[in-house]
Amino acid sequence: MDLLSNLALGFATAASPYNLLFCFLGVILGTLIGVLPGIGATATIAMLLPITFQLEPVSSLIMLAGIYYGAQYGGSTTAILINMPGESSSAVTAIDGYQMARKGRAGAALAIAAIGSFFAGTVSTILVAVFAPPLTAVALRFGSPEYFSLMIVGLVSSIALAHGSVVKALGMVVLGLLLGLVGTDIYTGTPRFNLGILELSDGLNFVALAVGVFGIAEILRNLENEHDRDVMIKKVTNLWPTRQDWKEMTAPILRGTAIGSALGILPGGGAILASFASYTVEKRISKTPEEFGKGAVAGVAGPESANNAGAQTSFIPMLTLGIPANPVMALMIGAMIIQGIVPGPNVATEQPALFWGIIASMWIGNLMLILLNLPLIGLWVKLLTIPYYMLFPAIIAFCSIGVYSVNSNVFDLYAVAFFGLIGYGLAKLRCEPAPLLLGFVLGPLLEEHLRRAMIMSRGDPTTFVTRPISLVLLLLAAAVLVVVLLPSIRKKRDEVFVED
Amino acid sequence: MKSLSFSSRDLVCGVLFILIGLFFAIQAYGLELGTALRMGPGYFPFVLAGILILLGIIVIVQGTQIQHEPMGPIAWRGLLFILPAPILFGLTVRGLGFVPSLFLTGMVAAFASTKMRPGTALLLVGALTLFSVIVFSYALGLPFRRFGPWLGQ
Repeated sequence: MDLLSNLALGFATAASPYNLLFCFLGVILGTLIGVLPGIGATATIAMLLPITFQLEPVSSLIMLAGIYYGAQYGGSTTAILINMPGESSSAVTAIDGYQMARKGRAGAALAIAAIGSFFAGTVSTILVAVFAPPLTAVALRFGSPEYFSLMIVGLVSSIALAHGSVVKALGMVVLGLLLGLVGTDIYTGTPRFNLGILELSDGLNFVALAVGVFGIAEILRNLENEHDRDVMIKKVTNLWPTRQDWKEMTAPILRGTAIGSALGILPGGGAILASFASYTVEKRISKTPEEFGKGAVAGVAGPESANNAGAQTSFIPMLTLGIPANPVMALMIGAMIIQGIVPGPNVATEQPALFWGIIASMWIGNLMLILLNLPLIGLWVKLLTIPYYMLFPAIIAFCSIGVYSVNSNVFDLYAVAFFGLIGYGLAKLRCEPAPLLLGFVLGPLLEEHLRRAMIMSRGDPTTFVTRPISLVLLLLAAAVLVVVLLPSIRKKRDEVFVED
Repeated sequence: MKSLSFSSRDLVCGVLFILIGLFFAIQAYGLELGTALRMGPGYFPFVLAGILILLGIIVIVQGTQIQHEPMGPIAWRGLLFILPAPILFGLTVRGLGFVPSLFLTGMVAAFASTKMRPGTALLLVGALTLFSVIVFSYALGLPFRRFGPWLGQ
């Protein structure tokens, strides 16, 4: 059994004391971030990215992954307790979770969310382990035209999931691609777009861009209108769900896991879409739809399982193809590149310990979360009362240290300030930063594969549509684009995103 | 008659797209474009820049059709204190050294909020600096000089 020996290798890697420590740090930090409103998982990972470069590649990726799913847990905790989703993927949880809390059943809601997430995390870890190797095998046969088309799918999907105007999201992708090309042309060594600045000849710094656009810009947005948060939280008692709860939550958890796993694999998909889809399904098939919005158990169990499953399976395209499904995965890819690992199908064969170690650590991380978070809820509640203005001097300091530590280059710090300004400006213009980051990561790759494909086909652009896999991928991208542009779907999409 | 009106947000956004597109297009045109078979360093960026300009025009046109919504407040104070903080760190970390530079950076950032009081800021940033020195300099062993040459060290 290949799968078993691979998993054994993975667990042996992930369960080393050193990696366990960083997994633990990751999930704790992630939960902390998820609980604190104002900084999202993407911003945090961007900020902590540089610090993890001091670690071994495996430990650093395990820690970053831990932050990601830790943030999902933390986000649902605040959604339930104070009706303030720390992460956009837990916006749905707030609807029924908070109502349960108001009825004095906060403990049960938190437990249901945790149990659902853990179950979904376990199932989707197995799914990743089962599906990653065959997908890797397929990906190894990919040529440049297939890679090009696949990246187009990824970029188009990121547009589909951005808020607001499709045209602006498309513009962000193109801008990201262009920014990714700054530096030196790899084929000819010609410097381009560097404005004569020596520091730009290796391209714009990925970390500086991510920290600026996500971290700094987010702080500025929070400073726009400072208001006091009145946090009134009742004491959380009675964590264990009743027999009736168990009965009501089982089916939604199973369905949520299935929905989340499927949507997470889609490029551009992931946790947010999964939780919304699950809530819609549960409400539609429920015998008591009028309970939804008033504290329905299914309204917590389903979406919470779905968002965790989606978060987990979004690793599949990242690990097997080297194509990010969402900004967090783009950051993970950035982390791999800086660690000297070339993302793509070769990771599984060349770095089996890394590949399987990350997969195994997902399950370990989920286990840690459920064991830690239920007893620590009191602590997280206390953290909610920290005012925001106490936090950002620390955020700025850690950003500065982190970015500087990557190359010991002060130019990168000026770039952070510059991209912070750009990011804030774009936010004011209602342009989403996520497609920009995906474009930035994929820009050089996209150009390389385009040029290579054209040389191999002797300048014949039909190569992209005559090769079957490439054709299917391009059709998929076109379908996604058409669907997003359809007026009826656009309206639905706007409604969905109104929540956050 | 209804007069043609622009959403200022979309107008700014569209013009920005067009200007950035023009910048990249002009720069790329100065490079070797090559042919579709053998693309030069300028080919792909030139195409992308053209798409960006086109999108900018679409954004402006669309802006005439939708309802206007206000831009909302701009965090001037935030911009004034947050953005210079990493720059200050960059300017002083080599000369002053890690400890004083980080302290200054934290202090500047702290006053981005109107709610911060000087006493609280001193305590908070002091603790933050201490924590960072222990974690980053001693525990993680990042190669920073704790106190730099400007201080006569």
